[in-house]
Amino acid sequence: MMRLSYIARRNLASKPLQTALSVILLAFGVGMVSLMMLAERQMTDQFEKNIKDIDLVLGAKGSPLQLILANVYHVDAPTGNISLAEAEKVMKNPYIESGIPLAYGDNYRSFRIVGTEYSYPEHYDASIAEGKLWEDVFEVTLGHAVASKTRLEVGDQFFSSHGLTDETDVHKDKAFTVVGILAKSNSVIDQLILTGVESLWAVHAEDDDLDISAEELYASREITAVLLKKRNPMAILTLPNLLRETNMQVALPAIEINRLNQQFGIGAATLRSIALLIMILSFASIFISVFENMQSRRYELALMRTMGATPFTLIKLLLLEGGILSLFGTIFGLIISRIGLFILASEVESKFQYDIGDLGLIGPEVILAIFAILVGLIAAALPAERTLRMDISKTLSNE
Amino acid sequence: MIEVNDLSFSYGGNAAIAFPNFKCNRGEKLLLLGDSGTGKTTLLHLLCGLLRPKSGSMNVAGVDLNSLNDRQLDKFRGRELGIVFQQSHFVQSLTVAENLSLPALMSGTEMSATELKQRTHELLERLGVGHKSDVRPNDLSVGEQQRASIARALVHEPSVVFVDEPTSALDDKSTASVIQLLEDETEKAGATLIIVTHDSRLKTRYKDRVELSRLVHNPLNAS
Repeated sequence: MMRLSYIARRNLASKPLQTALSVILLAFGVGMVSLMMLAERQMTDQFEKNIKDIDLVLGAKGSPLQLILANVYHVDAPTGNISLAEAEKVMKNPYIESGIPLAYGDNYRSFRIVGTEYSYPEHYDASIAEGKLWEDVFEVTLGHAVASKTRLEVGDQFFSSHGLTDETDVHKDKAFTVVGILAKSNSVIDQLILTGVESLWAVHAEDDDLDISAEELYASREITAVLLKKRNPMAILTLPNLLRETNMQVALPAIEINRLNQQFGIGAATLRSIALLIMILSFASIFISVFENMQSRRYELALMRTMGATPFTLIKLLLLEGGILSLFGTIFGLIISRIGLFILASEVESKFQYDIGDLGLIGPEVILAIFAILVGLIAAALPAERTLRMDISKTLSNE
Repeated sequence: MIEVNDLSFSYGGNAAIAFPNFKCNRGEKLLLLGDSGTGKTTLLHLLCGLLRPKSGSMNVAGVDLNSLNDRQLDKFRGRELGIVFQQSHFVQSLTVAENLSLPALMSGTEMSATELKQRTHELLERLGVGHKSDVRPNDLSVGEQQRASIARALVHEPSVVFVDEPTSALDDKSTASVIQLLEDETEKAGATLIIVTHDSRLKTRYKDRVELSRLVHNPLNAS
């Protein structure tokens, strides 16, 4: 037998433009809010995961935020190089527990080649999926994303290019050999090509290097940064003073990322306000849609009353119509946000090699969906409530 | 069975309209005749439980309507009454056949979906609009709409069928045809037929009739 939901669907289908407008408005409102939730969540996840236990970053003087973005997240150019000898002095500071040196400046197909120590993959709990970690000079171990995107395999060789994205200045005389591939760790490591610091020095070594003493060679060695773990909170207070007269600085990832979030926050708040405004408009549209429907169909509703429908049957019918509008608007909104995230993820991936394309439903979105459907129902309930006070006799007599 | 005693109704603070007493047994036909302004539609709405009387009693299909609350009245109307309104209104988003299923859906009839479909089909066929069952009501001619609304009033097998001004816009031939149709169908259904009209042409056809006049204080009895 025909159901009330069928009548509600037929009523909505009989006014396609009005129905489409309500659904589209709500879909865009929900879609924008949902997209922001997804993007924020994924960015936060990435930030938190990669910041893991890194208390300080030691690097060349310049923008502290740039220092963090370049060395923790690998999304910006480094502030410059620092002396290995000077960096080692800082690592031996009693307030410092450990440090991971990073040296980079070359890339292969826009993936950074980072000279470091085994402690770097260990820090991110990265395990070997195939082959082994690098041992000798010019041996590399690929991050999971690098391997899958470049299709390099263990045993393959490649030439690096100078710079972090440019592929024109290729070091054609020194080939790197892939000796291992890391398993996926969902951290920045996935996007990097790891090797020993010596490999980076060797790529850029000049013939003159052979003519100088070991001490001189050591003194001339440079790295890009050191990721530091403090032993004592005093490190945060004392290190900046110690480095005042050098070309080095320490930056605190937590503080810099907070600052970044605050800067992003203004734009995000504006977008969120626009999205909420669209959602409010869509609820108004549902209200008007149901109200208009009720006005134009008041004789039909009165007719149903003569057939035995109670006022609550009619309220249920109108709520169903509002519910269907808000349900479809919400579903389409969540689909729109996925499409938006997919486009955003492609952009982020092509620029920063980051994967933020997890399209799964997140907790706050469930709350958003429930909220949107509930408010849609309330928007429908306001005009529907008038059916309780409908004078059937008068309505039928006035036709 | 319908029995009305000392019935009166008042719109707001206006003077009360008094209605004549009358009685009609199950399966019988009765004409409620009156000119404009004599309260025909008001009486129809009272008998359908759409209005509450100021005083008096109404017994319709064996039920004292005054004893029912609003919810019970809704259910009663859906199960026991079939109403054909002067204007043949339909739910425009539904097909003719779906419109005929509405009374069953709204009143929560115990008829199965198959039975309902079969009865809808039979009624529409019998009334000559079977071929229009899947079209929208707007696509029917005025005559087809009237026949479809008669079918809708009968589909859930009501005890009483009320018909409001069925012949007001029809010529003599069409009037006879529509009235015959109503009589035949209600007789087949074993329902009581109450026709509310100002059309004096029907006088000759019905010996059982109640004539209404404005502010009647000495009710007429059905002859």
